[in-house]
Amino acid sequence: MKKTGAEIFIESLFKEGVDTIFGYPGGAVLPIYDALYKSRLRHILVRHEQGAVHMADGYARATGRPGVVLVTSGPGATNTVTGLATAYMDSIPVVAFTGQVPTELIGNDAFQEADIVGITRPCTKHNYLVKDIRDLARVIKEAFYIATTGRPGPVLVDLPKDVLNDSTEFIYPDKVHIPSYQPTYKGHPGQIRKAVNQILASKRPIIYAGGGVISSNAANELRQFAKKLGIHVTTTLMGLGAFPGTDPLFLGMLGMHGTYGANMAVTNTDCLIAIGARFDDRVTGKIDEFAPYAKIIHIDIDPTSISKNVVVDIPIVGDVRGVLKDMMKLLTAAKVREFKKGLKEWHGDIDGWMKTHSLSAAQDMTRKIRPQYVIERLYRLTKGDAIITTEVGQNQMWAAQFFKFKEPRRLLTSGGLGTMGYGFPAAIGAQIACPDKTVIDIAGDGSIQMNIQELATAVEYKLPVKVAILNNRFLGMVRQWQEFFYDKRYSYTCIGNKPDFVKIAEAYGGVGLRAKKPDEVDPVIKEALKVKDRPVFMDFVVDAAEDVYPMVPAGQPLSKMLLV
Amino acid sequence: MRHTISISVMNEFGVLSRIAGLFSGRGFNIESLCVAETIDPRVSRMTIVTSGDDRIIEQITKQLNKLVNVIKVHDLTGEEYLERELALIKVNCNADNRAEVLSIVDIFRAKVVDVSPRSYTIEVTGDEEKIAAITELLRPFGIKEIVRTGRIAMARSPKAK
Ligand SMILES: Cc1ncc(C[n+]2csc(CCOP(=O)(O)OP(=O)(O)O)c2C)c(N)n1
Repeated sequence: MKKTGAEIFIESLFKEGVDTIFGYPGGAVLPIYDALYKSRLRHILVRHEQGAVHMADGYARATGRPGVVLVTSGPGATNTVTGLATAYMDSIPVVAFTGQVPTELIGNDAFQEADIVGITRPCTKHNYLVKDIRDLARVIKEAFYIATTGRPGPVLVDLPKDVLNDSTEFIYPDKVHIPSYQPTYKGHPGQIRKAVNQILASKRPIIYAGGGVISSNAANELRQFAKKLGIHVTTTLMGLGAFPGTDPLFLGMLGMHGTYGANMAVTNTDCLIAIGARFDDRVTGKIDEFAPYAKIIHIDIDPTSISKNVVVDIPIVGDVRGVLKDMMKLLTAAKVREFKKGLKEWHGDIDGWMKTHSLSAAQDMTRKIRPQYVIERLYRLTKGDAIITTEVGQNQMWAAQFFKFKEPRRLLTSGGLGTMGYGFPAAIGAQIACPDKTVIDIAGDGSIQMNIQELATAVEYKLPVKVAILNNRFLGMVRQWQEFFYDKRYSYTCIGNKPDFVKIAEAYGGVGLRAKKPDEVDPVIKEALKVKDRPVFMDFVVDAAEDVYPMVPAGQPLSKMLLV
Repeated sequence: MRHTISISVMNEFGVLSRIAGLFSGRGFNIESLCVAETIDPRVSRMTIVTSGDDRIIEQITKQLNKLVNVIKVHDLTGEEYLERELALIKVNCNADNRAEVLSIVDIFRAKVVDVSPRSYTIEVTGDEEKIAAITELLRPFGIKEIVRTGRIAMARSPKAK
């Protein structure tokens, strides 16, 4: 039996095991929306296409399964760009379907035409324009395959309206055959052996783990590996949760706002084991002085990540999980015992660093609320059992510093692109994926306004997403840079005390709560946690003067931290 | 240092712009680029001449490999390979100097492919130096127009021992 392109689209999503899509309709995708009307596929109607992509991204990060987006042509498609770029920078599997004008009009500046394949080429892992309905099923199959394999990433598929209306026999391919796309999973045994020998010969080893550990589902292997050898772990922002934040071997995050202990350990290590991380400039600081005494081992699935910023001594291209397993096979009990004996002094050094300049969320109850304290309380009152998303700015760094992530996929944050407006829709996506979990967006009063319209989505679907707004009346992180590096000339970073977030939440049909004094923080959080059927905004009126410490000024080595 | 990189790609919509976009987006430079279908119409072959230190060239080849449509990337530099460019040169000439021009054409094993009362159009193939050399020799006569292809290159077959 023949099926239309729109029907094939929906059937193909079922074949891929998709249960939910995030979308927004328009002329070019009307055939799909008509087919959806009769379908049991769950469609979440967003209020802005950027929100749809961040929701799909949040869904993907929370579950490890690809997030799916459907939008119309032209403005619908261009509104997805920031979301796609966000997912691309953080290697998140998202598959976005965009409507397109009919094939015979492409290139004619037709109504609501945009060359979205051209526009998104540099911010997707791959993209397609389907010109012939006979290619549709294969392309969808390939899109999911490419998005979820190798180093994951977003894939966009552009669907002209005539292709959606056309019909053909529906045959969904079982297998993908793309000769030019063959990711490497298995690490080279010789390199693995070399790496293990290098580690066993070291006296001051450190593991530097990134988001690759999470996307490879290798948190267990990482924990076993680190525990077995007694090697401390620091992670990037993207890697938080890849190693239990409560473990004594955990040093916290490294880099620009990393802990003193992590940055000192990396500066002094003789063997840096980089796992699923990419030596981003926010992590390395001044590149020539990054881990200056170390032999560097780098495990990553993406060959382009290796020796891109830092020249490494022992590269291993492969899937982190498999490589860690292979490495552990080479660790005999005798060798491990011998190795651990040599670490005493180094562990002493690390303990010393961790004790000095440790992070503090201490609150003087007679003064203004400290944002760090709010996060500490969120952590305590949820017992750490929550999915946290963040916006971008100080809120993001404090969330990273003060919430302890015990498991992977518990912190969803825009690390690579640093997209303000990410956290709230991502939280909605995560809440849809995990209906029974507490999901909290830790937000700034600037960022939350970038996708605040999604309150309507959260209300409509009765999603109890919590938003903790650290309301400092400033674009705080930019203000901090102006304070440190521009002589306190606060140029256009004061955004004032409007709007009234409590009223906004209420206007949409959500709950609005406010804490102005430290002793109001706990009651507000407790109240919010009780709400199970609608979104809650918690407006924490915090001290605007707080800065994120430690801080390595951009371009400085990690050892040059500004401390409180 | 200059490198000549040969790339096999799936002959698909947009592949050229993916590759060009990769170079511009990452700040790599392209000195020349040639592309055409191979004997298998599903596959095209590109020859790109680029430059950069070892780190950059390594990134270029890895980034190219990462593109979903790219089948194979081969940096020919440092190996035995053939390279050719083609140029069409329209040069002024008159009764007095025709013979001189023709002898230059002869020396370079070039061809005259179009003749008019006041000009010759010369076709020449060869490596970059050869094209540069003939251009220099023809320059004094007055070059009206010159069009060159980029470089195409192919690895030499291994010699029998
Ligand atoms: C879309 C976008 N625009 C601009 C920026 C630059 N930027 C980074 S942090 C920041 C301030 C964020 O302010 P707010 O959300 O109030 O958070 P705070 O730093 O105060 O916690 C800005 C403007 C950005 N990251 N994203």
